[in-house]
Amino acid sequence: MKRLYNEPDAVVDEALQGLALVHPELLRVTYRPTYVTRADAPVRGRVALVSGGGSGHEPMHTGFVGPGMLSAACPGEVFTSPTADQVEAAARAVDGGAGVLLIVKNYSGDVMNFEMAAELLAADGVATETVLVADDVAVEDSTYTSGRRGVGTTVLVEKICGAAAERGADLAAVVALGRKVCARSRSLGLALSAGTVPATGRPGFELADDEIEFGVGIHGEPGRERRPMESADALTDRALAAVLADFDAAELTGDVLLFVNGLGSATPMECAIVARRAVRTLGDRGLRVARSLVGQYMTSLDMLGVSLTVLLLDDDLARLWDDPVETAALRWGR
Amino acid sequence: MGEDLTAADVAALFRRYAKAVADGKDLLTELDTAVGDGDHGTNLDRGMKAAVEALDADTPATPGAVFNVVGRRLVSTVGGASGALYGTAFLRAATASGDAPALSAEQVAAALRQATDGIAARGKCAAGDKTMYDVWLAATEAVESAVAGGAGLAAGLAAGAVAAAETVPRMVPWQARRGRASYLGERSVGHRDPGAVSSQVLFECLAAQATA
Repeated sequence: MKRLYNEPDAVVDEALQGLALVHPELLRVTYRPTYVTRADAPVRGRVALVSGGGSGHEPMHTGFVGPGMLSAACPGEVFTSPTADQVEAAARAVDGGAGVLLIVKNYSGDVMNFEMAAELLAADGVATETVLVADDVAVEDSTYTSGRRGVGTTVLVEKICGAAAERGADLAAVVALGRKVCARSRSLGLALSAGTVPATGRPGFELADDEIEFGVGIHGEPGRERRPMESADALTDRALAAVLADFDAAELTGDVLLFVNGLGSATPMECAIVARRAVRTLGDRGLRVARSLVGQYMTSLDMLGVSLTVLLLDDDLARLWDDPVETAALRWGR
Repeated sequence: MGEDLTAADVAALFRRYAKAVADGKDLLTELDTAVGDGDHGTNLDRGMKAAVEALDADTPATPGAVFNVVGRRLVSTVGGASGALYGTAFLRAATASGDAPALSAEQVAAALRQATDGIAARGKCAAGDKTMYDVWLAATEAVESAVAGGAGLAAGLAAGAVAAAETVPRMVPWQARRGRASYLGERSVGHRDPGAVSSQVLFECLAAQATA
């Protein structure tokens, strides 16, 4: 495997050092415990947003730190949740007195570590709330499992809640908004080949040339089924059908936000080809793509694949989506 | 080793476990690649190395303090579910041990029970979910029952290791209901759970330490 790494053990720190050096105006990086904060944190009187997760998904979450989005991000080791003391330290660093919202993807490690951090913060009188993102329709929703994984919707929650916090919404309102975005959003990913974890140098799974993993997770966890490879249009339609089937049919009307996310190795050209088909297919279902995000925002190292997320918009969500944001990976309106 | 578990014994146990995890890192990672994200071996290895470093720097005076140092190190260095679960288990064992200078067989059984309950509370898991909790529960019950029957520390911990080793293969045909393997649904059937295997290794180290 040829990769632009120095030492496999150093990838997380070195990537953070790079981020800090090219964006001194936007963010600050602290090490041991490791977290990234916006440069002007803490912002007095504003709800602070803290997220985090395993590394290897860049630009999520560190690339979303800045005005209009996250106050802090806690990167764990590659594909490993951050530790509770990282989350606690990050939350303390950005708490501006209006409380802290933790945005957590539904993986057992993330849930447990953020929960421990929330207990420590609450014990110390820091108002802390959690929004749990669990939007992956590939996982059968059952009370007998850990529930659905958190995938693409995470980016939308961070952007929309970040806009509300920047406008001065209180903690209860920002939490309610985050849960609203989760309730109105669904995702599904598919992979043509796996990502390779730096420490092991081996792909997370093997697929034959004519196979895909349908419903793949962002750590390369196997998904719903292994299927034959098809055209970009056919795969896009198959993924969208699974996403839309999970909504209440009566909800499927009006404007949507379409998020086509490259998982690491999908080219901008491939993402655009998928987006082309998705907009048309959604249109055929009576859904207008009023907002969109297309590109690599939540990757899985060098996995070749895409995820599709559909968010049912309303005026409030569209307005918050359009609000200014200034981060390493997303910026507009400023 | 004497009749009771001293701070030096507990520290030696964790050094033994750290070596076993380092030696078994590839196997744990391979098991985790099949049902999860392939990092259990490297994560636990990183955590146990950090725990041993902390013990080298300052060996605590009581078994409870050793559990505390190791638990804190795992919570702050491992991340993921395994850091939270193992860390919580050892922190609970620390609380159960209090500042006793050495632990009797009964006190070890009580500490294991607290640790096992801590895993269930942190992981929100129950018996039969096919997680490390199944191994901890079986081993703890075996230790409790042996000690209640009059077994000493070494015999009690040997019973725990046997129960752990029997439980792991018994879980293979189960379907995972908690943890990352649960996302596989029926595809989790037929695999050994990585956390269950690393827990088995811990109970085997505990038994080996008791006869060292």
